[in-house]
Amino acid sequence: MPHTAIEAQVEDGGSASKPQRIIKLSKTTDDSDKKGTNKRVKDIEICVPIVYGTIAFYLGRKASESQSHKWTVYVRGATNEDLGAVIKHVVFQLHPSFNNPTRIVEAPPFELSECGWGEFEIGISIFFHSDVCDKHLDLYHMLKLYPEDESGPQSTKKPVVMESYNEIVFPDPSECFFARVQNHPAVVVPRMPAGFSLPVLAPVENTNEKGRGDTKDHPLSQWFLNFSEADELLKLASARQQVQAHIVKLRRELSVIDGMPHPLKPASSYECT
Amino acid sequence: MDAKDILGLPKTPLPIPQEKKSRPQKDSQRKPDGISREVYALTGGVAPLMPSIDVSQLKRRPPSDEKITWQWLPFTSSARKDDLQLYHWVRVVNGVPPTGDYSFAKYNKSVDVIRYTDEEYEKYLTDPKWTKEETDQLFDLCERFDLRFIIIADRFPTHRTVEELKDRYYSVSRAILVARAPSPGEVAGHPLVKEPYNVTQETERKRALSMVLSQTKHQERKDAEVLAEAKRIAESRMAARAAEEPDLPVPSDVGLESAEGAVGPGDTISPSNVQAPAAAIAPSTSVIADNASTLASLRMLRVYLRTYALEQMVQAASSSAGLRTIKRVEQTLQDLGVNLKPKVPTKAVCAEHLELRKEILTLLNLQKQLQYKEAEGSSFRDGSYGDMPGTAKRSQRAADQDHTFVPDTISFGVIPGDRVVKREQKRKGPGRTSETPSSPAGAHKRPRKMKASDL
Repeated sequence: MPHTAIEAQVEDGGSASKPQRIIKLSKTTDDSDKKGTNKRVKDIEICVPIVYGTIAFYLGRKASESQSHKWTVYVRGATNEDLGAVIKHVVFQLHPSFNNPTRIVEAPPFELSECGWGEFEIGISIFFHSDVCDKHLDLYHMLKLYPEDESGPQSTKKPVVMESYNEIVFPDPSECFFARVQNHPAVVVPRMPAGFSLPVLAPVENTNEKGRGDTKDHPLSQWFLNFSEADELLKLASARQQVQAHIVKLRRELSVIDGMPHPLKPASSYECT
Repeated sequence: MDAKDILGLPKTPLPIPQEKKSRPQKDSQRKPDGISREVYALTGGVAPLMPSIDVSQLKRRPPSDEKITWQWLPFTSSARKDDLQLYHWVRVVNGVPPTGDYSFAKYNKSVDVIRYTDEEYEKYLTDPKWTKEETDQLFDLCERFDLRFIIIADRFPTHRTVEELKDRYYSVSRAILVARAPSPGEVAGHPLVKEPYNVTQETERKRALSMVLSQTKHQERKDAEVLAEAKRIAESRMAARAAEEPDLPVPSDVGLESAEGAVGPGDTISPSNVQAPAAAIAPSTSVIADNASTLASLRMLRVYLRTYALEQMVQAASSSAGLRTIKRVEQTLQDLGVNLKPKVPTKAVCAEHLELRKEILTLLNLQKQLQYKEAEGSSFRDGSYGDMPGTAKRSQRAADQDHTFVPDTISFGVIPGDRVVKREQKRKGPGRTSETPSSPAGAHKRPRKMKASDL
């Protein structure tokens, strides 16, 4: 087990010199018995931007007491690219009132459609390929069926969409994974450090029976939200500017006060406007 | 009734009213015979299902058929080596005195101190620091005083510490045991052989104990802070599933104290040689260290979400801030029109967000500093209502026309300042003008309806 190898190494080496027990995983290259999946690319993080959420349609005339809405929960690439290279399968944990509430989706597009009447929290567990990561990631999403404004009857044409953007980060990815997804459109891979050479593997063919794994032409794609970091960056930049200006002012005032002798204005202070 | 069903309560009411009625009845009935009424009431006042006390046993003591006398008789004890005869009162039944040994003789236990022969001493037990004489004396005292080492140390002719004596005694006994045993395996189970006496550990332990006991209140508080910090760091590492620390025995407390003692001013405790694991938890309260440790712990995870990483970094950055300050930071973010949690958490956005939060913290700290400085001056300059930063950008925040971007300078301000300000608010009433010379922001309340055009 790679983990025990790591621990043994650190203890032998004696931690007297290290103030912090940061374990450099690259040490396992010495005793890696696997083919090289244990080799890790240090100081590089691979990032997979995803969007996950639900889209719910009111069934209108076809609605019944127990099935008033048809909804789909999914995990997609933020740019609608195929996530199958990274994700092995996704487990959607539904409300126990559903049959088989644990639904496993083994191939992209990672989505699940159901009919129901109630809103509940859906558990989304993302499992990765073995060379990517052996730990899974848990997300939670609240299924929303009813629109914000309750004015008027629900339309069957316009669904209620709730999406969340997030990024899955793999620090120190394995060399194998790195090589595999270097040029993959769904994955953000920073430039390799100079002098680093990795074999460029041919991208894996998508042998998915469902057809394509990407969601670019997905039937629901017209409802997908657009997540642009530009807006937020702009707002943040302007906010920072304001704050920085204020800081500068305060610093100036502070230095003024420090430089000033003790002022003597006893009673007139109460007359300030 | 439905509620009771849901809660699982019995439908019929509990027999509380019944008890009330029955208790006065019982009292007057005087159920018990052997014991008084009040004592009986102590046991609940109700007759037990099974008699817990055999009532008949309680006052049966004087048996009617025996004749008891008490006599002053001599006795001997097998615990004594001489034939001393002492006298005591003896309960004589029907003229027959009791037989048997003195009843307390069985408590005369002593320790089996191993005695060695001179040969054995020559062969196994010589030690540069101990003469044979001393060792003999030691063993004598041990036997006399049943291994009460404190007393032995007091009575020992030459000056030796308790630990040295213990060490010598236990190592000698151990050596003898091992030497006399037919095979090492047989004796391996013996506690002396299994766990030898460790002098250094004992000295350390006692030193640590005395240090702990003699701590001043001040030191106690500092220790608690350090431990809380260490716990937080350790927990963040555990969350990142870092490799386990080995169990930290008492020396780690020693390490903490000595590390802290080195930091504390005027302490005469010299830092002892601290073991490495303890050093890992040495107090490091700087924010930079927090950030570094958070980054490290994030790297330990094989996979994480960007939002999770941001949360951790935010937490690390605001670790030194109290809850109130954090709330103020969030309020400021809202005033600026920034989402508390970014809607599009990319790497760049998260980095910017974090930096913004840090800058707001700096800002709030500066404001506090400014307030204190003002209050120190003990004079309140003409109040302006705070300076307005870059108003050009304000058009973005359409919703916030009435409020200026002046974070709450006063609500948490210095108390004298508050009182003064409150007084002037009352006096001024609603029609307040804002034509004040813009002097440095001092101890003021945030203006109520300040329009952008006023600036």
